[in-house]
Amino acid sequence: MSRAAGEAGSVSAREPGRPRPGPGGVVPDAEMRERIKAYPGSLTFQDLIRKNRRDSAALMVVMVVLAVAIGGVIASAIVVYAGGAPDMETLLPSIALGCAAALVAAILGTLWSWYGGASAILMMSGAREVQKPSDPQLFNVVEEVAIAAGLPMPRVYLIDDTAMNAFATGRDPRHGAVAITRGLREKLTRDELQGVMAHEMAHIRHLDIRFAMLMATMVGLIVFACDAFLRVAWYSGRRGGRRSGGKGGGGAVAVLLIVALVLAVVAPLVARIIQMAYSRQREYLADAGAVELTRNPLGLASALQKLAGDEEPLVDTANRGTAHMYIVNPLRKMRESHQSISSVFLSHPPVKERVARLLALAR
Amino acid sequence: MDTGIVGGAAAGLSLGQLAAGMGLVVVIGLVVVAASLILWLIAMYNGLVRRRIDVDNAYSQVDVQLKRRHDLIPNLVETVKGYAGHERGTLEAVISARTRAVQAGSGSIGERAEAEGFLTQALGRLFAVAEAYPQLKANTNFASLQEELASTENRIGFSRQHYNDTVAKYEESRQSFPANIVAGAFNFDGREYFRLEQSAEREVPKVSFS
Repeated sequence: MSRAAGEAGSVSAREPGRPRPGPGGVVPDAEMRERIKAYPGSLTFQDLIRKNRRDSAALMVVMVVLAVAIGGVIASAIVVYAGGAPDMETLLPSIALGCAAALVAAILGTLWSWYGGASAILMMSGAREVQKPSDPQLFNVVEEVAIAAGLPMPRVYLIDDTAMNAFATGRDPRHGAVAITRGLREKLTRDELQGVMAHEMAHIRHLDIRFAMLMATMVGLIVFACDAFLRVAWYSGRRGGRRSGGKGGGGAVAVLLIVALVLAVVAPLVARIIQMAYSRQREYLADAGAVELTRNPLGLASALQKLAGDEEPLVDTANRGTAHMYIVNPLRKMRESHQSISSVFLSHPPVKERVARLLALAR
Repeated sequence: MDTGIVGGAAAGLSLGQLAAGMGLVVVIGLVVVAASLILWLIAMYNGLVRRRIDVDNAYSQVDVQLKRRHDLIPNLVETVKGYAGHERGTLEAVISARTRAVQAGSGSIGERAEAEGFLTQALGRLFAVAEAYPQLKANTNFASLQEELASTENRIGFSRQHYNDTVAKYEESRQSFPANIVAGAFNFDGREYFRLEQSAEREVPKVSFS
């Protein structure tokens, strides 16, 4: 009856995770065939998930270290500006205090986004919750992938926009929700819709939303702290500053101040780059997770190609703060077809690369 | 003896007191080792229990989806009868396959898989027959039943896939060393995969559109 059911059922215990190639509407061109060849023939979605987990964990560690380091350096620099602490030894307590403050702020910010984030995002995107009678097939498809993941059925939202996109939200699977635009809903076949919803369900399953919110909070904190510090430095510099007095230990303090200034300029950029690298990894992970659920890489691959062909940005409903949640970047200038900025600031990997990885699984 | 080595706090400690102190350290060490061993065993036992519960939950999900299919069939048969009543053989095959599948519900996993396989085959023939009746295909009730059955097939497939995954995890932890000792001592019995290989579904001829 349905191809997806046959494929899902045919997986045997001895050979888990190796999807079967099936008939599909995706025909790779020459460039795509080269990209596919770059992956080993024995590639499975578990390999991709393991790789993505490793990369994401490493990124998260770097982020925490960065936040704490900034806290320490900025705190000590502020003490120096205020005129106290002429040498490194008396500075140490304030450095420790700054690190601790950065950690506490990170924890508080996380708690805030934990309880308020999901509903705020759904409201901002203009999504409205729909029930089964209005679109039985959409509900069936979502419930199918929820069953495949062994998770409760998420709430389903529709965004009344002709642009093509979809996203998931919710801090854990119990609070999960998926949203899709009317434009995308109308243009996908059942198999493609299943691929897209499996991608969103994979985001929920991997706790990506929780992680992305944590990440956004940390980036926000870093940007805020550095900005505040630079303002303080700017004004006290113009006033001539109280720091110019010839106190002892001047060399070390001067080095510290320069480090603090450089860090305050560079850190927000680094934080943004890490956040986006992390976001791209999560997209690959969700693609791999979608294949784990449906065992049919071609549905998602075909849907992504349709999405890539869509030129219409999601005006009003999406901004840089929420862009990372969507299945493809909702902002037109952030698409690779209109790339005016470097790829390190992109929240999503190139669609071509994503399709190549999916087709590599379908060989 | 030489207080310089032990430090100021141990000043004036006799050799006997020192030996007693070391004995205490050894006893504490043994207690710590034994306690962590027990905690480790408890964790292993609880891990096995959790995985077994996962397996049983996943199986009940398969059960729910199979029942869902059984419940949809009488409605489907009635709808098809209205347009293609003389396809008696096909309709009766579906009804008897459904009855058999419902009865197999209390049997072993192998029996269920086989009965459900026959039902899938019979349904496949019914939908193939329906292709010849344009009025039936235009019926909205039939169209929605077709979507529900297509979705149910997917749900059965996906819930079985999830069930097999949880069985694989459970069997892996149950059979690997040293958890297999705990599993053996507390009678963690094996769980069966829901395999299509045992069923008639395997013999369904492949339909090719090329």
